[in-house]
Amino acid sequence: MVELKVLGQGESGAPGVAGSAGGCASSGCGSRSDSLSHLPEHIRAKVHNHPCYSEEAHHHYARMHVAVAPACNIQCHYCNRKYDCANESRPGVVSELLTPDQAVKKVLAVAANIPQMTVLGIAGPGDPLANPGRTLSTFRALSEQAPDIKLCVSTNGLALPDVVDELCQHNIDHVTITINCVDPDIGAKIYPWIFWKGRRIKGRRGAAILIEQQQKGLSMLTERGILVKVNSVLIPGVNDQHLKEVSRVVKAKGAFLHNVMPLIAEAAHGTFYGVMGQRGPTHDELQALQDACAGDMAMMRHCRQCRADAVGLLGEDRGDEFTMDKIEAMEIDYARAMEERAQVHAAIEANREAARRKSNESVVSLVSLKRPTREPRPVLMAVATAGGGLINQHFGHAREFLIYEATAQDVRFIGHRKVDLYCSGGDTCGDAETALSKTIRSLSGCEAVLCAKIGYEPWGLLEEAGIVPNGEHAMEPIEEAVAAVYREMAEQGALNKPVPAKLRMSA
Amino acid sequence: MAFQIIEGCVNCFACEPLCPSEAIYLPPGGTGGVKPHFLIDARKCTECDGDHPEPQCASICPIEGIILDALGVPLNPPGSLTGIPPERMGAAMAEIHAR
Repeated sequence: MVELKVLGQGESGAPGVAGSAGGCASSGCGSRSDSLSHLPEHIRAKVHNHPCYSEEAHHHYARMHVAVAPACNIQCHYCNRKYDCANESRPGVVSELLTPDQAVKKVLAVAANIPQMTVLGIAGPGDPLANPGRTLSTFRALSEQAPDIKLCVSTNGLALPDVVDELCQHNIDHVTITINCVDPDIGAKIYPWIFWKGRRIKGRRGAAILIEQQQKGLSMLTERGILVKVNSVLIPGVNDQHLKEVSRVVKAKGAFLHNVMPLIAEAAHGTFYGVMGQRGPTHDELQALQDACAGDMAMMRHCRQCRADAVGLLGEDRGDEFTMDKIEAMEIDYARAMEERAQVHAAIEANREAARRKSNESVVSLVSLKRPTREPRPVLMAVATAGGGLINQHFGHAREFLIYEATAQDVRFIGHRKVDLYCSGGDTCGDAETALSKTIRSLSGCEAVLCAKIGYEPWGLLEEAGIVPNGEHAMEPIEEAVAAVYREMAEQGALNKPVPAKLRMSA
Repeated sequence: MAFQIIEGCVNCFACEPLCPSEAIYLPPGGTGGVKPHFLIDARKCTECDGDHPEPQCASICPIEGIILDALGVPLNPPGSLTGIPPERMGAAMAEIHAR
């Protein structure tokens, strides 16, 4: 009997459903929406409302970064320290550097205005731990003034071993280390220099010290029970094959999640890789590597590589609403705001629980379908969502699409495609190309796009591109709608045909 | 005998806490839309002589060409930190600006 499991596997951190993972122990297995279902209960409890750690949570909860940490102690070839641009969305870029006092004020203001906020991270624009005074004093004040907000930090790891104990003291229980390699020869191609014990150390020697410090810091954190996520930048031809080894090594040392992100490299950014013509990975290369690492490790696929001053849900950036001059003008009742957050979070949890129960009841049987002669092929679908885990965004309003893969067994989230924030370049990308055709090109490989509504023009262009526009599942939960569309395709016999040639060409 | 920081400094604060002579400072304010950047007090700067084998500000500064020695020569010349050959950077930027 073929069953299309819409739901029913363990959710991250859901009280009462621990252990309901139903025999699906592998992280690579497409648990409904989270790759974390195999993790111990105490870890899932820590991440279940953390948008950067739980894919399911990122539909509901917001985060923010405060840019208090400008100094860095290494140089990476994908980073340009000169950058300061409001129109760029990528790590290391900020519009307004804050003092710790300003940062605390901003966090309290944002948390009062966006009650879905659960997490404050310090991620730059330099290395937070190369600015220990500014970073730690921000954390210290926030753990007193907003004790319901989770604190996290990300780092290149060079200074990590020296501050592990201080991080523990400030209740920081989520740390992200960017580890691009465990081999100094590869490191020498990524890091031109590090600053170490009063000297600039170039090349392989510098990379070797950095790697040693990263690994040491990782072990120290996991020994103390701090959750560690590892970020890796996938750089084709430099560390692509090597990242499988990185995944094995960091898992063995106790990291609980691996986030392989695509290199962003454009000449206009003035980075070494951008200027020297190093390309980033294709969607397929990224997904293939994430799948290859998934055998060893829980993989994160919903990272948006956000700015060091990002505010809001992961797919959005509301930083413009919270510049320091606007914050100064706000009147905020902090105690009231914290109460409201607690109420909003409770409501979100109640909704998640209700959705979970409903879906558990709706395991859809495909037994009524004619049994296909062979396993129906998987299908990629793009989804426009404004949060809440629902199909609730107009096609034309979407700044990104979430990509889901449907198979006869399950529906799994595999990534996202940005449509207007930056262009990946390439031969087909001329200035004459319209925003709409860029959007459609970014959906290559997808056979359907699910959205709340869609206009006449994009409808026609999508159909021309071989992508079926679908507005019939507006306001429905994403996974269930994707499963329903897959079922319709199966019923229409579309899954027994090979992938349309048009899609294969462009994918 | 003193170094100086010139325009182009991105105010990353990395050098300031490293200076053994407390010679590095960020001047207040800024006029006419010009953002102030870190400066070196020439009366205090010792070029780290006697404190460190290498000048600390120039050893952590990520921006090429903005810290000069007493003769006005950059301690980190173009290409020395990013690894991008200057002509390559020039060509890439010219191409971008011509678009």
